[in-house]
Amino acid sequence: MRSSVRSKKFLRLFVSYAILTFVAVAIIYPLLWTIGASLNPGNSLISTTLIPKKPTLDHYRELFAGKESLLYERWYWNSMKISFFTMLGSVISVSFTAYAFSRFRFKGRRNALTLFLLLQMVPQFSALIALFVLAQMLGMLNSHWLLILLYIGGQIPMNTYLMKGYMDSIPRDLDESAKIDGASNTRIFFQILLPLSKPMIAVVAMNGFTGPLGDFVLSSAILRTPDAYTLPIGLYNLVNEVMGASYTTFAAGALLISIPVAIVFLMLQRNFVSGLTLGGIKG
Amino acid sequence: MSHRKMALCLSIIPGLGQWYNRQWAKGVLFLVFAASFLTAFADLFNMGFWGIVTLGTEVQRDNSIFLLAEGIIAVIVALFGLAFYCFNLWDAYKNGERRDRGDRLNTLKEEYHQLVEQGYPYVVSSPAFFLLVFSVIFPVLFSFALAFTNYDLYHTPPAKLVDWVGFDTFLKIFTVDIWRSTFFDVLSWTVIWTLVASTLQVAAGILLAVIVNQKDLRLKKLYRTIFVLPWAVPGFVTILVFAGLFNDSFGAINHTILAALGIDPIPWMTDEHWTRVALILMQGWLGFPYVFVVTTGVLQSIPEELYEAATIDGASMFAKFRYITLPMVLLAMAPIIITQFTFNFNNFNIIYLFNGGGPAVPGSTAGGTDILVSWIYKLTMQSSQYALAAALTILLSLFVMGIALWQFRRTNSFKEGV
Repeated sequence: MRSSVRSKKFLRLFVSYAILTFVAVAIIYPLLWTIGASLNPGNSLISTTLIPKKPTLDHYRELFAGKESLLYERWYWNSMKISFFTMLGSVISVSFTAYAFSRFRFKGRRNALTLFLLLQMVPQFSALIALFVLAQMLGMLNSHWLLILLYIGGQIPMNTYLMKGYMDSIPRDLDESAKIDGASNTRIFFQILLPLSKPMIAVVAMNGFTGPLGDFVLSSAILRTPDAYTLPIGLYNLVNEVMGASYTTFAAGALLISIPVAIVFLMLQRNFVSGLTLGGIKG
Repeated sequence: MSHRKMALCLSIIPGLGQWYNRQWAKGVLFLVFAASFLTAFADLFNMGFWGIVTLGTEVQRDNSIFLLAEGIIAVIVALFGLAFYCFNLWDAYKNGERRDRGDRLNTLKEEYHQLVEQGYPYVVSSPAFFLLVFSVIFPVLFSFALAFTNYDLYHTPPAKLVDWVGFDTFLKIFTVDIWRSTFFDVLSWTVIWTLVASTLQVAAGILLAVIVNQKDLRLKKLYRTIFVLPWAVPGFVTILVFAGLFNDSFGAINHTILAALGIDPIPWMTDEHWTRVALILMQGWLGFPYVFVVTTGVLQSIPEELYEAATIDGASMFAKFRYITLPMVLLAMAPIIITQFTFNFNNFNIIYLFNGGGPAVPGSTAGGTDILVSWIYKLTMQSSQYALAAALTILLSLFVMGIALWQFRRTNSFKEGV
C-alpha cells in the first residue's frame, strides 16, 4: 500500500518535471538561438549554429557604425523617448480618470464607463486612415509627440478600467475619514489612493511602456523617414528587405532592446503581479 | 408666466435667462462664452458642415477627405457647444424654479464652490477625455463615415472627388463574389484562430500554473522566472525571431530540430495549413505566461481546507483538480479569459510580422492566414480600398462588441464594475 502511494507520487513528480523541463527548453531555445545568431559571422543564417564556431561582435559594431539605412542608436532613443512619455502620460491621465470613476457619482458616469468598455474592443489602428489624415492636416507627419498623444489615448480605455477596478477594492472608509478631517479631493487622491494603488500603477506603467514597443502599425503610418523610426519599424525593415540577408544584425539589435526590457520587467514583476491578479479579477 | 418658464425661454440666447434671474455676472459669462464660441468656430462650422454634406464639388480645389475630416471635427465641436447650450437652459430653468418656490439664489461665490465640488470628477477626467476624443473617437467616427463613401484607388483626392454612396460597400461585401468568398474565408479563419489560439494559451497557462504550484515540487522560483520570459521580451522581437526559426530554407526548426528527429523539412512559410499551425503554436508560447502568472495568484488564494476535506473524502488528484481547482480558477479569471479572446481576435502583430498574412492566395487580396484586422490593414495600405476597409472595420467592431458585451453581462463582472 505504502509503496504504491510512493510510486504514484514518484510518477506524478516525474511527469511534472518532464513537462516543465520541456516547456522551459521550448522557451529558452529561441532565446539562445538569437544570441547565437547575433554572434555568428556573416549575414546569412544557413551556417548558424547554436554555439558559433567563430563568434564575432561584428554585428554589434555594425549597429553603431552609423550607416545611413541603419540608424540603430537613433531608433533606440526614439523608442525610449516615446515609450517613456507614453508611460508617464498614461499613468497620469489614467489614475486621475479612474479616481473620478471610482470615487464620484456624477452624471454621465455610467455611459462613459460603457463607452470605455466598448472602445477598448476596437483596435485603434483599424482607423489608420483617419490618423494618417489627422497627421497630415496638423502637419505633424514624423512627429513623435503626435504619436505619443495617440498612444496615450489608446491606452486610456482599458487601463482606466483596470485602475478603476483596483481603486474600487480600496475601502472607502479611508477617504471618508480623511474628508471629515478636511482633506481636499486632490489631497485624498495623492496621499491615500495613489500610494495604495501602487501595484496597479505598475501595471499601467508597464502597459504604457511596452505598448509603443509592440506597435508597428501606427508608428509606420505616421513616421515616414528613417531618422524618425522607432525600433519595431527599423528592425522589421532590417529583416524584411531581403529576408535572411541581415538577420544576424537584426538578432544583435533585438537582443540589445530585449535584455534591458526583460530585466526591468522581471524586477518590477512582483509589483504588478498582485495588481493584475486583484484588478483583473475585480475589473 | 412662471419664472422658470420665462427664464427658460429667455435662455434661448445664452445669458439672458441668467440676467432674468438677476445673476448678472453669470449671465455675462455665459453670453461672452457663447459669442466667442460662435465667432471662433464660425468658419469651421461653415466649411465643415458644407464639406461633410457635399464632400466637395470642384476637383482640385476641394479635397474630399480633408473636408470629411473637418466636417467630423465640426460635428464634435458642435456637440460640445450643444452640451453647453443645454446646460445653460437647464441652469436658467433650475434657478427660475427656485425663484418660483421663493428660495434664495446662490451668490457667485457659492456657485463657484458648488462648481468646484460637483465639477471635480469632470475636471480631473477632462484631459483624458479630450485625448480620447481626438485619438480614438475622432478616428472611429471618421472610419465609420468612410464606409459610406466610395473612397478607393479610383476616387482619390486631390485628383478625384469622393461621394457618399450609402450602404453600397456593405452590399458589395455580400454580393460581389470575390469579396464575399474572401470575407467568409477570412472570417472563418479569424474565428478558428481566436478560439484555438486563445484556448491553447489559457489551457497551457492554467495547467503549468497548477503543476508548478504542487507543494512537493522543487525549483518553483526558477520555473516561474523562466515561464514569464516570453512575456518579458518585447513581442515584436519574439515574432521576428520565430519567423527566422520557422524559415523554410534556413530556419533552425527544419534544419536542426526536425532533422535531428529524422523528419523531412516542413513548408512552414509556404503552405497555408502549416503556417496556421506555426502561428497557433507561437501564440501559445507568447500568450501563456500572462495566464500562468494570474492563475498562480488565484491558486494561492484557494483555501487549503478545501483540499484537505477532499483528501479525507478520498478524492483523487484529478477529482480535486476537476471539482475544486478548475472551477475556482475559471470563475475568478473569467474577465481575463475573455480579454484573451478579444485580444487574439485583433492580434495583428503576430499574423503580419510572422509571414505578412501569407502565403499569398491567387486572386485574393487576403493571404492564407490573414485575419480580419490584417486584411483590413492590407486593404488600406496595399490596395487602397479605403471604403471597403472601413466597412469591414465596422462589421468587425460590431462583432467583437456584441460578443464581449454579451459575455461581460453573463459573467456579471460588468454589472458589478459599474
